[in-house]
Amino acid sequence: MLTVGLFIPCYIEQLYPQVGMAALRLLERHGVRAEYPEQQTCCGQPMANSGCNADAAPLAARFLRVFRGYEYVVAPSGSCVSMVRNHYDQFLDGQPGFDHLKRSTFELCEFLVDVLKLGEVGGRFPHKVGLHQSCHGLRELRLGSGSERRVPGFDKVRSLLQRLQDIQLVELQRPDECCGFGGTFSVNEEAVSCMMGKDRVADHERAGAEIITGVDMSCLMHLEGLIRRERKPLRVMHVAEILDQSEGA
Amino acid sequence: MSGISHPEAAARFVADDARAHWHDQALWWVRKKRDVASSAVPDWEALRDAAAGIKAHTLSRIGDYLEEFERNATARGAKVWFARDAAEHNAVVHGILSERGVTKLVKSKSMLTEECHLNPYLEARGIEVTDTDLGERIVQLRHEPPSHIVLPAIHLKKEEIGELFHQQLGTEKGASDPKYLTEAARQHLRRRFLEAGAGLTGVNFAVAETGGVVVCTNEGNADMGTTLPPVHIACMGVEKLIPRLQDLAVFLRLLARSATGQPVTTYTTHFHGPRREGELHIVVVDNGRSAQLKDKVFRRSLACIRCGACMNTCPVFRRSGGYSYGFIVPGPIGSILAPGRDASAYSTLPFASSLCGSCSDVCPVRIDLHHELLAWRQEIVKRGLLPRSKRVAMKLAGWVLRFAWLYRLAGWLARRVIPALPRGLVYARWNTWGQQRELPPMPRETFRELYRRLRGRP
Amino acid sequence: MAAREEMLAALRHNAPREVPLPDSSRLGVQFPDPVRQYVESLRSVGGACLLAADRAAAQRAVADLPVYRGARRIVSLVPWVGQGNVDLAALADPHDLEGVDVAVLPGELAVAENGAVWVDGRSLPHRAVFVIAEHLVLVAEARQVVNDMHEAYARLAAREVGYGLFISGPSKTADIEQALVIGAQGARSCTVLLVG
Repeated sequence: MLTVGLFIPCYIEQLYPQVGMAALRLLERHGVRAEYPEQQTCCGQPMANSGCNADAAPLAARFLRVFRGYEYVVAPSGSCVSMVRNHYDQFLDGQPGFDHLKRSTFELCEFLVDVLKLGEVGGRFPHKVGLHQSCHGLRELRLGSGSERRVPGFDKVRSLLQRLQDIQLVELQRPDECCGFGGTFSVNEEAVSCMMGKDRVADHERAGAEIITGVDMSCLMHLEGLIRRERKPLRVMHVAEILDQSEGA
Repeated sequence: MSGISHPEAAARFVADDARAHWHDQALWWVRKKRDVASSAVPDWEALRDAAAGIKAHTLSRIGDYLEEFERNATARGAKVWFARDAAEHNAVVHGILSERGVTKLVKSKSMLTEECHLNPYLEARGIEVTDTDLGERIVQLRHEPPSHIVLPAIHLKKEEIGELFHQQLGTEKGASDPKYLTEAARQHLRRRFLEAGAGLTGVNFAVAETGGVVVCTNEGNADMGTTLPPVHIACMGVEKLIPRLQDLAVFLRLLARSATGQPVTTYTTHFHGPRREGELHIVVVDNGRSAQLKDKVFRRSLACIRCGACMNTCPVFRRSGGYSYGFIVPGPIGSILAPGRDASAYSTLPFASSLCGSCSDVCPVRIDLHHELLAWRQEIVKRGLLPRSKRVAMKLAGWVLRFAWLYRLAGWLARRVIPALPRGLVYARWNTWGQQRELPPMPRETFRELYRRLRGRP
Repeated sequence: MAAREEMLAALRHNAPREVPLPDSSRLGVQFPDPVRQYVESLRSVGGACLLAADRAAAQRAVADLPVYRGARRIVSLVPWVGQGNVDLAALADPHDLEGVDVAVLPGELAVAENGAVWVDGRSLPHRAVFVIAEHLVLVAEARQVVNDMHEAYARLAAREVGYGLFISGPSKTADIEQALVIGAQGARSCTVLLVG
């Protein structure tokens, strides 16, 4: 049986534990033993993205210590996985185990599609769903082809969702515009961040979405914050929750 | 140089909600036109690779190419000048004009001359300077800088332009039809072209192999300005060099499509030496470019061909406008160039980004813009230019996250305390997140606690 | 020439290690019908393309153009097309070209992917004629249509390029609220005649 290390981003661990559980159940249902190393805390992205490399370095080292040795590391987050794959070199290059870690850390959907080779996840999800393309997952991990590039189209996340029975994926005006979370950007540039988020919500609303989903709970947390303040008739669910709910039912 | 706070300027821009959305839609539309145009080019991504490669090669042999260019341009009868900085550039241009008794200059778009603040320099010395690109003429009449490098007046509504023209060009009050206003500008600028003693242009590409300079425009203003007056001054940054004539094909197939969604600009004019009974002066400028060339990370952005695609796609630029950056080149590329000039004054610019990466994916020369923005953030922290409060917050957060027990304690406290506090306290002014957003609902259990309860201790 | 020496030295000193020029030979696009693509490209940039089987047909086509019929001052640098009444060679000052209604100019090649025509400066006694005239007619041969800019520059490299330009459609601007206005500061219309 395939064993993976379950990497639960700090904000999911603290604020959205149900997303972590959904990811766990999903993996288990597909024959994967997911271990949760308790010593993990945070990948260090908030510090690194603020330019505070000195504060991120110990967290990178910690991450390697915690997850070294797993055949795969899987996380329900595009941005955290991108941190490990694309931005840990400056901290861990040359360290034993890092090369393997870099090559074997996956976001959940890409793990299901690329490693488990799952064509689809079973079940029904009879709702109108808007897929928010989280930027790091899309442009750093290339979970999809994106609207900017002239390459053959593909979308790993959408491919899993669209096979759920009775799901209606709505069509957005701007399919992959940033939601405006951007980590500390959400606070440092609060005005623009919220305008961006409100515009995303409005796009989903106009398209008839009941639920906004995506691979990054951080984006969804920001959109949910705006939705709840404005009392909009929408809710957010992580892709893991949708897949788990459909399959589990 | 006084600093600019992008967040403060952006907040003011966003406060006029209707206008901010209008600006955002206008630029998104240009981004969409770029998408349509690039979709029609089957080898688009290969072109981007080639463009990036040609620029990287050229920069690695820039000294040789500059000498080759100078040799060939001179052989064709052009005069090549060298300017180490803005002051030398301005002095050279002024010298050429004053020696010939030129008092009226017509200019087509050149971001370099904006960078050097050429206009005020010449005007202070008695030379009338007319910016002839329609967008630039509009902002010149308003005594404003351009807000976008390709679409200088994108921040203005046609009614505002109509009022401006009514006051300064005598058009009808209240008239705002773009055709009508453009016609008025045509007549007004035509007189300037006919009266000018010299014409100044920028340079889109300088070809080392032939000693030629290429200028790409849509309106015809650069060509009016260089075919009527006998003196043509072409100002270029050293990074505009490309090796061979055939390399132009790669860039010309990318430039207009990236900038405005057109397959090519209306005019792509190649200048090799002066015209009969005329003069061609080419002013080659450094002004910090050789210093940027030294930097392993930031040298890559010297490949920029000033198309503006990064600005059009940037969700932050579209919602904050060019003036929020306080630099002649705004948006993603500007946020990399500006701190290079003055990291202290422009320290907020690399943070004026969610690092979404869209800019890097539209850049025709594959500059990894969002990675360079991140690199600038690291540099700003290293130089001690990050505001103290942010520095402290990050240090604290980093410290807490290093120790699992401390992290869990902090989380536990937050989840116990925050829901117990009165709403007015939680959502007070200090809570920036909470100004327009609800805080996430605090769950009873963390994932770790849930996992232990449902799966047992790992 | 301290500036020159200092700049060259700084650029050489700071330049990265040399990387090779990439191979661009496989770039480009091939159209099944380049002439038809050219017509469409020119139309999309606000110009118009007329196909004429021979010189006589070309002459008739130009004579029929509304802008030509209404023109008072005409420059024609293509001897067998149009009746010019402004002798460019005799004109001392290009400023006197202000007010020319139509200029008929020769093109050397036409680019299918973007509607451009290459006008060689050697055919223009005064350069200003292509931009100062109110309306432009460019005459090229159908067999001079190439697929893309790579092919265009391959042909241009064969002869020494002096002053010359690609003209793609009429002058235009969208500087006022992104509203496209055809006829900005140069020609208000651009008609290309492809002959043969």
